[in-house]
Amino acid sequence: MTKRGTPLVEMRDISISFGGIKAVDHVTIDLYPGEVVGLLGHNGAGKSTLIKCLSGAYQKDAGQILINGQEVEITNPRDARAQNIETIYQTLALADNLDAASNLFLGREIIGGLGFVNDSKQEAETRKIMARLNPNFRKFSVPVSALSGGQRQSVAIARAVYFNARILIMDEPTAALGPHETQMVSELIEELKRQGLGIFLIEHDIHNVMKLCDRASVMKNGQLVGTVNVKDVTDDDILGMIILGKKPAHLAA
Amino acid sequence: MTQTQQKTTPMASPDDGLGPVARFLKATEIDTRLLGMAGALLLIWGGFHVYSIFVNGNAGFITPRNLWNLSVQTSSIGIMATGMVLVIITRNIDLSVGSILGFCAIIMGVVQVYVLPDYLGLGNPLIWIITAIVGMTVGAVIGAFQGWLIAYRGIPSFIVTLGGLLVWRGCAFLVVRGETISPVDSTFALLGGGPYGAVGATGSWIVGLLACAGIIWMLISGRAQRKTHNFALRPAWADVFLGCLGCGMVIGAVLVVNAYPWPKGIVDAYAKANNITVPPEGMFISHGFAIPVLILVAVGIIMTFLLTRTRFGRYVFAIGGNPEAAALAGINTRWMTLKIFSLMGLLAGLSSVVASARLNSATGALGTLDELYVIAAAVIGGTSLAGGVGTIYGAIFGALVMQSLQTGMPFIGFDAGLQQVVVGTVLVLAVYLDILYRRKAK
Repeated sequence: MTKRGTPLVEMRDISISFGGIKAVDHVTIDLYPGEVVGLLGHNGAGKSTLIKCLSGAYQKDAGQILINGQEVEITNPRDARAQNIETIYQTLALADNLDAASNLFLGREIIGGLGFVNDSKQEAETRKIMARLNPNFRKFSVPVSALSGGQRQSVAIARAVYFNARILIMDEPTAALGPHETQMVSELIEELKRQGLGIFLIEHDIHNVMKLCDRASVMKNGQLVGTVNVKDVTDDDILGMIILGKKPAHLAA
Repeated sequence: MTQTQQKTTPMASPDDGLGPVARFLKATEIDTRLLGMAGALLLIWGGFHVYSIFVNGNAGFITPRNLWNLSVQTSSIGIMATGMVLVIITRNIDLSVGSILGFCAIIMGVVQVYVLPDYLGLGNPLIWIITAIVGMTVGAVIGAFQGWLIAYRGIPSFIVTLGGLLVWRGCAFLVVRGETISPVDSTFALLGGGPYGAVGATGSWIVGLLACAGIIWMLISGRAQRKTHNFALRPAWADVFLGCLGCGMVIGAVLVVNAYPWPKGIVDAYAKANNITVPPEGMFISHGFAIPVLILVAVGIIMTFLLTRTRFGRYVFAIGGNPEAAALAGINTRWMTLKIFSLMGLLAGLSSVVASARLNSATGALGTLDELYVIAAAVIGGTSLAGGVGTIYGAIFGALVMQSLQTGMPFIGFDAGLQQVVVGTVLVLAVYLDILYRRKAK
């Protein structure tokens, strides 16, 4: 399986442990532009931990992270953002007491002439991006705690998309959504893919994986079971990898 | 779908079905909680007024003199309460502010009475400003140290500042072995109010007119801002109403402080010093706004801008709403915590300037129990102990409510025990009402 050019992201031999427990154990994965890579595994398999090394929430103990072939140090979320890595966390990571615009620009406020946050500009920009992502979104001046699950999700997605991400990490983006909203997220992923973004998708729903992902990397107990082309495998092969922790026989070279 | 959207977005105000009062509140965007607090305050004042007229048989509570004194007494607690809002919003607490105040007062007393006169000469005009800077710096450094213990060493703020409550009070006594330093520098003393520590009638009018101009400018620029981005505008009548209300309150305040004359003794002394002959019917020299009150107003305005318009303020709210999300958004939450506690210390230092100047002396006991009044003021003013919610004006209002009770009850002759019962009850009641309000607002 030959790939085109340099990968957008390479995480080489990443390890991280918490109090003696190896949460991620020498895992290597990569991601190419315009590609969706699914990260799969049981709860506690280390998917979220691995991805948090990339988003800056955790620091790896060992290993290398390469962006476009260049090694980078990501020690906090600011570093990740500087590399155009955006993350949509499973918990959404929204400040419930702030409105949509303040959340969207949190940490990257638009500053006006006097050094003050330009709230009206921020709201105008938020209205623009929301018109694209979720045209029914109206509640711009209330805290996000007053929004429905889907609306909150669209705020979190807008935050990732607004700042021209090149690498997008989505941690179970559809877990809390209804069928209609799930469909919207799927369409968005397709669109972003066409625009050439690379997407890491942490997902439990095997059907979403088969539908949305180009490749799937499966983890178990902190270790990488293997990475497969989704086209070459069946649902059962992937389930087998998740549950048994073994690559399917016909792919195991 | 797109059509309905275009119809509703520019002016989304389904006003129908609301009563006239609700419609009015919606149009003017007046904070109903603020309205409630104003009502409570008027109720308290009115109660004292009526009680003192009918039971005590004197001129009543609502007099220029009482209101002027009330404004001065509110300053010290009010200044600290603005900082406590930030501390509480970020889910912390600072129990040490009263002790920091006392410690700063002693340090400033030593600096201005024992140290600076030796170098600069007694009464040098630099003394007060150096002293005030020293006091605020000491406060800020103490705050930063406590903030460091909380943020970088992971000790809960309750414990760190509980320790601070004892440590700084103890230090205040240790520095001068418990003695009282008095009197303070005469210019410094003006910062505490008193007849000379007020800006007079003309000064008050200037302040008042500037404030009115500020209110009008804010309303106009607010409209302009909304217009440039095509957001729904408040109806013009609502803006006019708000402008009139704001300016009316400012002018009312000016009239009240100008209606309080200097006492006869001060007038005579002043006349003598300036070679003026006092006419037989006496001279009417107005106090005008007291300097500590102007300090409080300035602090209130600066802190409001800081909290609502700057990045720093936005991060304060974000940390309070969801600390984890704030960190994931790249906010350095530890450094923020340190800065917030340092700011709280700075304000305690400033408050110490006002309190010791007002007393015209520095004692180690200054500010005892202030932490409780400051926290109570912030909480009565709508700051949620669960974090993430709070306003500066609310805290200042809360300080005014607390201080009204504190001055009003001795005024009408309630004894000390009863005062404590009332203050405690009001605190619990205020928080309970706030909880009910929030539940309903949801």
